[in-house]
Amino acid sequence: MSPILEVKDLAISFGGLKAVSDFNLALPEGGLYGLIGPNGAGKTTVFNMLTGVYRPGAGTIRLDGRDLVGLKPHRIALAGMSRTFQNIRLFGDLSVFDNVRIACHLRCRHAMLPTFLRTPAHVAEEAGIAERAMRWLALFDLADRRDEVARSLPYGDQRRLEIARALATEPKVVLLDEPAAGMNPKETGALAALIRRLRDEFGVTILLIEHDMGLVMDICDRITVLDYGVTIADGIPGEIQKNPRVIEAYLGEPTEAAS
Amino acid sequence: MTKFLQTLMDGVAVGSLYALIALGYTMVYGTLQFINFAHSDVFVLGAWISYTLAVGLGYAAAGAHPPLAAGLLILVGAMAFCGAAGFTIERLAYRPLRKAPRLNVLITAIGVSLFLQNVGQLKWFFGTQPQRMPSLIEDTILGRIAGVQLHLVDMVGAGLAFLLMLLLEWLIFRTRLGRAMRAVSHDTNVAALMGINVDAVISFTFVLGSSLAAAAGFLYAMKYPGLNQPAHATWVLLGLKAFVAAVIGGIGNVRGAMLGGVLIGMIELFGAAYLSPHLRDIYVFSILILVLLVRPSGILGKAVAEKV
Amino acid sequence: MGAARTAARSVFPVVLGVLLAVAMQLAAGPLIGPFAAKLLMDIGINVILAVSLNLVNGFTGQFSIGHAGFMAVGGYVAGAITFYGSFLLFGNVQVVPGWLSKGDVLFVGGCLAGALVAAAAGWIVGLPSLRLRGDYLAIVTLGFGEILRVLMQRTGDVISNVEEVRHASAGTLMTSLGGSLGFSGLPYYTDLFWVYAFVTVTLVVAFRLKFSSLGRAFLSIRENEIAAEAVGVDTTKLKVRAFVLAAGFAGIAGGLFAHEVGTSLNPRELGFQKSFDVVIMVVLGGMGSVSGAVLAAIVLTLLPEALRSFSEFRMPIYALALILMMILRPQGLLGLKEIWEMPWFKRRRGKAAA
Repeated sequence: MSPILEVKDLAISFGGLKAVSDFNLALPEGGLYGLIGPNGAGKTTVFNMLTGVYRPGAGTIRLDGRDLVGLKPHRIALAGMSRTFQNIRLFGDLSVFDNVRIACHLRCRHAMLPTFLRTPAHVAEEAGIAERAMRWLALFDLADRRDEVARSLPYGDQRRLEIARALATEPKVVLLDEPAAGMNPKETGALAALIRRLRDEFGVTILLIEHDMGLVMDICDRITVLDYGVTIADGIPGEIQKNPRVIEAYLGEPTEAAS
Repeated sequence: MTKFLQTLMDGVAVGSLYALIALGYTMVYGTLQFINFAHSDVFVLGAWISYTLAVGLGYAAAGAHPPLAAGLLILVGAMAFCGAAGFTIERLAYRPLRKAPRLNVLITAIGVSLFLQNVGQLKWFFGTQPQRMPSLIEDTILGRIAGVQLHLVDMVGAGLAFLLMLLLEWLIFRTRLGRAMRAVSHDTNVAALMGINVDAVISFTFVLGSSLAAAAGFLYAMKYPGLNQPAHATWVLLGLKAFVAAVIGGIGNVRGAMLGGVLIGMIELFGAAYLSPHLRDIYVFSILILVLLVRPSGILGKAVAEKV
Repeated sequence: MGAARTAARSVFPVVLGVLLAVAMQLAAGPLIGPFAAKLLMDIGINVILAVSLNLVNGFTGQFSIGHAGFMAVGGYVAGAITFYGSFLLFGNVQVVPGWLSKGDVLFVGGCLAGALVAAAAGWIVGLPSLRLRGDYLAIVTLGFGEILRVLMQRTGDVISNVEEVRHASAGTLMTSLGGSLGFSGLPYYTDLFWVYAFVTVTLVVAFRLKFSSLGRAFLSIRENEIAAEAVGVDTTKLKVRAFVLAAGFAGIAGGLFAHEVGTSLNPRELGFQKSFDVVIMVVLGGMGSVSGAVLAAIVLTLLPEALRSFSEFRMPIYALALILMMILRPQGLLGLKEIWEMPWFKRRRGKAAA
């Protein structure tokens, strides 16, 4: 069975500096992979290339067989790949409900005339969107905060909301960029359970960037390690933990055994 | 041939004015990443202050023969005044918004621009009547080349403009202060970490840009003595064209602003001379649209990727 | 919700608005006198301008300062159609009396044509600029307004002779728009009914837009463009759409303005000064708030009248207000909220109910 997300020899340079070189990935459907590496290793750059924010200098990206290179970000979202951001990018002044609703109308046509005339079809479509959004909010335990302004949410809830929004586009693949950043161990544990649930219950394929080694070793099937844009290791958690190059790249940062 | 040379000279003269104004736009954009809409109003202020000083010193009277030094004095006076104005504007209106979204600063800049224009029109300041700038340089003709007259005024004007640009080039690329300015325009936070007093550098950038605009205003008044009232459309257009010059040269790039200024001057004057004189503004804006479509970063600029 | 009830809810606001417009025309006009009636019309036109600019500046967060340019396009096109059309159809430029007379039809047709041309202009201006960063749009729209002014000033004199009009080609007619002197002599078809009928349409469109998925997509662009793209919003397409829509409504405002008693269609009057006036309304009222824009339009139309004697201070005071607003309360008076969503409003209602 071919991988749902297939990346070959992806590379990009910024003004002469090779930010990422020869990045390869074969993510199977329903897989939960991790992407780790020291700060500045190029992990988010890889995400940005996958989602069309940057155009790769070389390489191919195939989602379910479809070539994504050169597509604009919204087209990639339509194709079935969504993401969260390292620095949370919520629609701050809008409500929690609206944040998710906007993701829900991904495939709507946004026709102007029906909107202005408020046709029954339009009203029905809006009701459908609202219903779907509420279901996602309920799933992520945010339903009781639906009318709160997104920027007023506590940090952990904001991260959860961003993940909910990414899921609401009903993607095939979700890219999570440091979802556990700033979380305490209890919150991280809940997050791990949530991510597992996304994969198990919703069949979503997940690629995760993280610095929290405990989380990564715990839930990921496979891990790729980047350092200065170069892949220095690629394997199952057990292997990665013992890999001397990986340990060296982190300069003695202890790799904790999976809890 | 005469027409060509004449147009060339005019183009350079006007272009150097645009360049001086464009420098202010580009330096502020480089450091603070926003278009200082109020900048062209500082240029207008410079022209009107020059007038006020000239009249105040008694040179408006018929038969007055101001010494050559008088022109220099007025120029310096205008530059100092506008430099102070630029400093004040930055301190009061822009510094509080240093961390705000760029849209907010843009709106504030428009507010400052409107304020300057409309206060300038009040009777205690410059009023609503056009005035004539007293001539500070005898209108002598230095000679002829291929049938084109070389006016002293034009020579002095162009010479002064280029001198100022050379000084700026030296300042930015050959002094520590210039290095600090370039550092701040690259990355404000890192510059601060390196021990650069970012606030002082930014203030200085404004003072510099404003004094150059004042010089442009002085030179403009010398060349085109009929000064329209401060909120008149001609000023707005001049400022806009200078901004187009900055964009074409590559916004944020000092040499680009100088290049862009001269280019825009050429395009405008050649278009007016060889096509239709009434559509001069349209040539300039068409070039803007073209550049924005084809190469938005400008000739010498480079596209900066936003950190996602 | 039953189909009939949905349909009723869709139609009701429009009907209500039109009825109010009729009421205003019949009652208000004679009751309050021509001066106050003109003021009411000015308010209506400014409401259309402010609410439509809000679609661009408020909803999508782009910064356009050339709105008056689109108003001018609409005004000139509508004016040319009514003026020369009147000559061709009626032999003179007098207002054809009566409700929904042939003259009215010509006038409204002209306004709609003006709106379409203005929208097309919006598309031409918006498409290249909206691909780029926000600041550039501001300059391009400002430049567009100025270019238009230059072009309008170069048009030929108005042809006021019936025979000449009949013999002139369409091209000549469309370029004889008065030049710097402006297009004068337009028949005064604008009245309270038409103004407020169009205001109704504008408000219905704006409100329905804001509270729909399309409107929320607009808002997402303003909030965080990169995140919006990441959830599938085609930001460029929608930015252009908002821009074109806004331009179209500005065109209608222009058509109404052109045929209003006491105004003249003049390149100077529809320049950047007017654009800034509208921008100030949107910024002060709250970018993204429809009722905020309405409120600001009302206040800022009445204020200059009230402060007639201080007219030279008007602009400096507005400018200062703008600067202070940005420093102290950048979201404007209402921010993104509508009047009935504001906390103090809710509290008062709560007290009344208790």
